Amino acid sequence: MIGIYLFIAFLISGMLFLNRNTILNNALLIAFLVLQIVFTVYEYNHLNIIELQYFRPDALGILLLATLSVVAIPALYHSYVYITTHNEKPRSRGIYYAAMVMLITAIGAAYLSNHIAVTWIFVEITTLSASALIYHHRNERSLEGTWKYVFICAISVTFIFIGILFLSMAMRQAGSTDLTFDTLLSKAPVLNLFWLRLSFLFIFTGFTAKLGLVPMYTAGIDAKDKAPAPAGALFATVLMNMGFVGIFRIYVVIAHTPIHQWANTVIMIAAFLSVFVATVYMVKVKNIKRMLAYSGIEHMGLVMLGLAAGGIGYYAAILHIVLHAFVKSSLFFQFNQIYRIYQSKSIYDVGNYFKYNKTGAMVLLFGFICATAMPPSGLFISEFMIFSSLFKAHQLVILILVMVLLTMIIWAFGKTIFKILFTPVEDFDDSHVVKINPVQSLSQFILLGLSIYLGLNPPAEFVALIHEAIKNLPQ
Amino acid sequence: MINVLLIMFMISLLYLSIANRLLTYIKILSFQGVILFGVAFIELNELTTLNLVLVLLETIIFKAIAVPVFINYIIKRNKITRETEPFLPNFVSLIIVTVIIVITILLSNAITDVKLEKISFIVALSTLFTGLFIIGTRKKVITHVMGYLVIENGVFILSLAVGNEMPLLVNLGIMLDIFASVLILGIFINKIGDVLKNVDVDQLRNLKD
Repeated sequence: MIGIYLFIAFLISGMLFLNRNTILNNALLIAFLVLQIVFTVYEYNHLNIIELQYFRPDALGILLLATLSVVAIPALYHSYVYITTHNEKPRSRGIYYAAMVMLITAIGAAYLSNHIAVTWIFVEITTLSASALIYHHRNERSLEGTWKYVFICAISVTFIFIGILFLSMAMRQAGSTDLTFDTLLSKAPVLNLFWLRLSFLFIFTGFTAKLGLVPMYTAGIDAKDKAPAPAGALFATVLMNMGFVGIFRIYVVIAHTPIHQWANTVIMIAAFLSVFVATVYMVKVKNIKRMLAYSGIEHMGLVMLGLAAGGIGYYAAILHIVLHAFVKSSLFFQFNQIYRIYQSKSIYDVGNYFKYNKTGAMVLLFGFICATAMPPSGLFISEFMIFSSLFKAHQLVILILVMVLLTMIIWAFGKTIFKILFTPVEDFDDSHVVKINPVQSLSQFILLGLSIYLGLNPPAEFVALIHEAIKNLPQ
Repeated sequence: MINVLLIMFMISLLYLSIANRLLTYIKILSFQGVILFGVAFIELNELTTLNLVLVLLETIIFKAIAVPVFINYIIKRNKITRETEPFLPNFVSLIIVTVIIVITILLSNAITDVKLEKISFIVALSTLFTGLFIIGTRKKVITHVMGYLVIENGVFILSLAVGNEMPLLVNLGIMLDIFASVLILGIFINKIGDVLKNVDVDQLRNLKD
């Protein structure tokens, strides 16, 4: 099935690129969404069956694939709104949709791949398609964003490749040349520790460009800022999850070797620094989109803290990454409506949003409550579990520092959001304000509701999948 | 023989650190491509014909001819001045690259893996760090690209070290090289040249907080 999926999806992407007809364009997009959903359901029913030698839909892959499919539907819908309101030319529309379909396909395939080199190939494809999306507006600023993104991602992809080479040296001692994650896991106790350490450092650093952690988070921020908001929503959620998958799969192998504690320390340092950097920038940033992007850095830092703390933190990390995808994507989708009303990203030009778009303002308010993990947000549950896992792992200093930083983040985030919602801006001419159809906010409400529902009352299948995903980690 | 080639490669790194002109950089890159072919030809003794052709295409055609010619074309087309404009004096650059090489030698002496081909490893790692160093200390965007290409050369040497057991990894390395270089250089030719007149990192400082 995955072979058919990849073939049809890339075919659709190619046809979107060449096609100039509006009706055919929309038909192709709907066909892709149907394909995506059918594929997700099929893979869920064929759990852990190896396909095409290199792909295995395991529980983590399925969870994130389902998340991807859920986010992809509104992403394409909002792209449609975006493209029609901007009156894009057929050529630029074709490039946009082709790149987006390719991005979604590559992310999905990277989730399911069972071989580190195959994951790596799909990571490269996401760089290519993401750069086409970032450069959508074809002006100087977006060029700068594209250039930085492509360059940093090229270096990060090279780092991952070096990591794979060191991993193969570690495998040489174990007498095997097979780099599938299953083999790595079964050979974990006999791997050469020196090479494994080096390999983990390089692979971790490489994937931080996609995941959005210190040291390579910078490129992702510019990308989310310059790309159109629906594409930014994908970068800020499912693309970050892909970085998580890459690190998580190698971490599972490390967890069965004596360097587990060392790896935890490395992850914890990077994660804590990420939360710190996110706080520093959230306090001073004036661009709404970049603020949302930095909030993503903070959440990924928390996820990795949970992973490093262990115990219930493993469960919380996976729950958090799924819920975060729903919350953050809805905020990014909402951003586009703000931009259409005020024609600006700066918080100085935006204000009194309740007056101009009541439904949208409600989304923003709920999105803020969910993203800062206040009850009843589902993220509250996962963050609480992450904190208790840190407590149980005796990381009190980190725990207290992170809590202080999170308080500052809530303050900074809230200051901006309430300014947008309630404070009127001076010199804003509201005679030509666009009316936004409330239907365009429906998908955001559904996504936010989903994040609350999955957090507070998770269905049994969902919980079972998460437990299945972390079963290889030492409890 | 292989050690001679690798040491020549290392010397080219030292030369790179004191080179003043972009044209010298291009020549060094081209020279490194030729050396890499020699190393690959000797190292990969269990090569099939198809793989040999691929390696030949990658090193001689791509690394030694196509990329240098293309960069030269970009420099001419965008009228980039010929100085490399480092932030540091050449003497300091030379010392830093030497220190990088010494540190990698000390590091690899600490490794106790008997299967390790030490000289390849040292050359690969020092090439990697020299590339990063060049990216960090040169002003022009085009020199950043060349620094990246130097990193790629280092990765290629590293992939040769495991090439006999896992030819797949050598092919993947070649794929990475071609894909990333084409992507980066492709952006350069189409976009940066048209939108930004004189390409300089100082112009890429608008996106910030």
